[in-house]
Amino acid sequence: MADRPSTTRRSAPGAPAVRVDLRGQLPALEPERHVSDWGRSERVESLVDRTAGEFLYRLWFRVAVEGIEHVPARGGALLVSNHAGALPPDALMIAKAIREEHPAPRPLYLTAEHVFKGYPGLSMLLAKVGAVPAHPANVQRLLWDEQQLVLTFPEGRMGTAKLYKDRYRLRRFGRGGFAQAAMRARAPIVPVAVVGAEEAQPVFAHLRVLERLTGLPAVPLTPTFPLLGPLGALAYLPAKFTIRFLEPIATDTLGDAPWEDQVLVQSVAHDVRARIQDELDDMLAARGSVWLG
Amino acid sequence: MGARRILITGVATHWGGALARALEADPGIETIVGVDREDPVVELERTEFVRMGPHHRLLERIVRAAAIDTVVDTRLTVDSAFAGARAAHENNVIATAELLAACSSADAPPALVFKSSAHWYGCNQDDPAYFTEDMARRHPPRTALERDIVEAEAAVAAYAERHPGCAVAVLRFANVLGPGLRTSHTDVLGLPAVPAILGFDPRCQFIHEDDVVGVLAHAANGGLHGVFNAAADGVLAWSEVAGLLGKLPAPVLAPWGTGLSAAALRPLGIRIPPEMLRQLRFGRALDNRTLKATGYRYRFTTREAVLKLREHRPLRSRAGEPYRYEREVEEFLRRSPAVRGALAAAGPEVRRLERESAFDALEAEEVVAVLDALDAPSLRALRAHEAANAARPRLLAAIDALIADG
Repeated sequence: MADRPSTTRRSAPGAPAVRVDLRGQLPALEPERHVSDWGRSERVESLVDRTAGEFLYRLWFRVAVEGIEHVPARGGALLVSNHAGALPPDALMIAKAIREEHPAPRPLYLTAEHVFKGYPGLSMLLAKVGAVPAHPANVQRLLWDEQQLVLTFPEGRMGTAKLYKDRYRLRRFGRGGFAQAAMRARAPIVPVAVVGAEEAQPVFAHLRVLERLTGLPAVPLTPTFPLLGPLGALAYLPAKFTIRFLEPIATDTLGDAPWEDQVLVQSVAHDVRARIQDELDDMLAARGSVWLG
Repeated sequence: MGARRILITGVATHWGGALARALEADPGIETIVGVDREDPVVELERTEFVRMGPHHRLLERIVRAAAIDTVVDTRLTVDSAFAGARAAHENNVIATAELLAACSSADAPPALVFKSSAHWYGCNQDDPAYFTEDMARRHPPRTALERDIVEAEAAVAAYAERHPGCAVAVLRFANVLGPGLRTSHTDVLGLPAVPAILGFDPRCQFIHEDDVVGVLAHAANGGLHGVFNAAADGVLAWSEVAGLLGKLPAPVLAPWGTGLSAAALRPLGIRIPPEMLRQLRFGRALDNRTLKATGYRYRFTTREAVLKLREHRPLRSRAGEPYRYEREVEEFLRRSPAVRGALAAAGPEVRRLERESAFDALEAEEVVAVLDALDAPSLRALRAHEAANAARPRLLAAIDALIADG
């Protein structure tokens, strides 16, 4: 029990907390089903993968992948990436890269702000392709209990709201919640640097008036949106993508209950951010052309 | 060690009656006393029934006199479509307070098993995918029923705090499905198409009615202390539930103004309570592992609970012959000890004969109405039986048509 992380549970109102490992009690898989307990649908996912995923990955963005061996073949791991684009294509491309290049392909879960659960259509579609609301309990269950791969964008909405002139300058990484989640689950953090997404859908400005009128979280001005109507939001420029997976950062060697140490949490978060930023700077310096790489 | 002298409050409810019957089969339980305002709906063998309202003085006298060591409370109203707000408040808040007062003033405060509901968690956009028992509510209750359930549980928690030596188990049940049960969910799933909110496909989790009784009996046997989620393994998408029932989801509820479009369905006899409307938007699932860790094994997964519901629903009619649902006939064929007992005791041959003699007593029209539920061999057997006995031409023709159909 010493080096085993565990969940804290209240045994009774007012009673002291007990620590138990409940991983043995996870529900068994039902092979007849096509939808997972998280609402992820095999059919929808493979449809998106075979159509939009295949086209964007091979022809449109011509994705180059480096360091795929840094994604662990088993056990939970938290992938942390930079984020860009009004409707970001980076998550789809990272998931596709793991499916295509990894020797033991694994499903990737994506944390998304719970706002998506409120939009008709989007709430349905995102859950079906593997998005889960970014709740600490969800990340803990995926990383620790189910030992899955989770992708998170700590910049969150600040990353997608960033203007073209600020491209590849990482925003702050929130309060370090992602580092805390990884520590709690004793899962390694795999930093991911993505080049290309900023140019695929540059945001020139935000139309605040339309935001207020529609109630949408963001109404960006891109080369095609709102000029070409709603579908313009899905139009990407054919920038060359490079995805680089960096060396994992272990979180199980940081002592007992490191997630309670705010200083340690912040320094791990800063470390991850700095690594991604450095890598992005290197990749940009080495890049000859936005479109050809 | 375990609870040996049990008091069941709400024995006239579906759950109280079912639990009493389950406990009667356990020889280790010495005494079962059931109290309620009305007569129990099921036949009870050795449960002693006392007809009384929830008055703490009366209850306390029973607890004291019968030396009750465990009280199992099964009364909670959890479906606002089947009870008025006022009646639900009376039952959930006031009567719970009376019960707790009765337990507190007994010489030895008895252990308590409180049947609560996952409505305690509510249903909100920023919910986790799985609620665990230690999660606090982050939002104030949104509906009257939720408010009452939160209040009732707070009173139970206070009781547990006042009596530290006393085991208090609070069981938060997910939505229940079962052929013997009528809830808002079974009503909605029984419609020809399953209503949904346009653009939403929420995750949902159920528990089979047998598991509800199983969990209550498990808790009544003692040893449980704390809050426990009770929900079957597996979480389905709402569209998946519709698919398992062989139906299409019908997005008849508007994503905005959902309450209004639900109100528009009322004249059609479709009642969707506000709690369920929220679930149809955001979904809800519980982490059931704490209860599993105490040794309870669920008999059905969520998927199996939905499939069970399908088995017991009247099958769709073939073209041209509108299916007539005869409640009494269906009830008899599915639940009568004559039919079911034979099923358990004897082989399929005897069971078929029993079924056939049941058919003899029915009018031809009534038999025709249930023919759809039979498979080909049973149809042929019934044809032979009918030809040899009553030989009603109307019935023979109907059977022939079905056999020809395959």
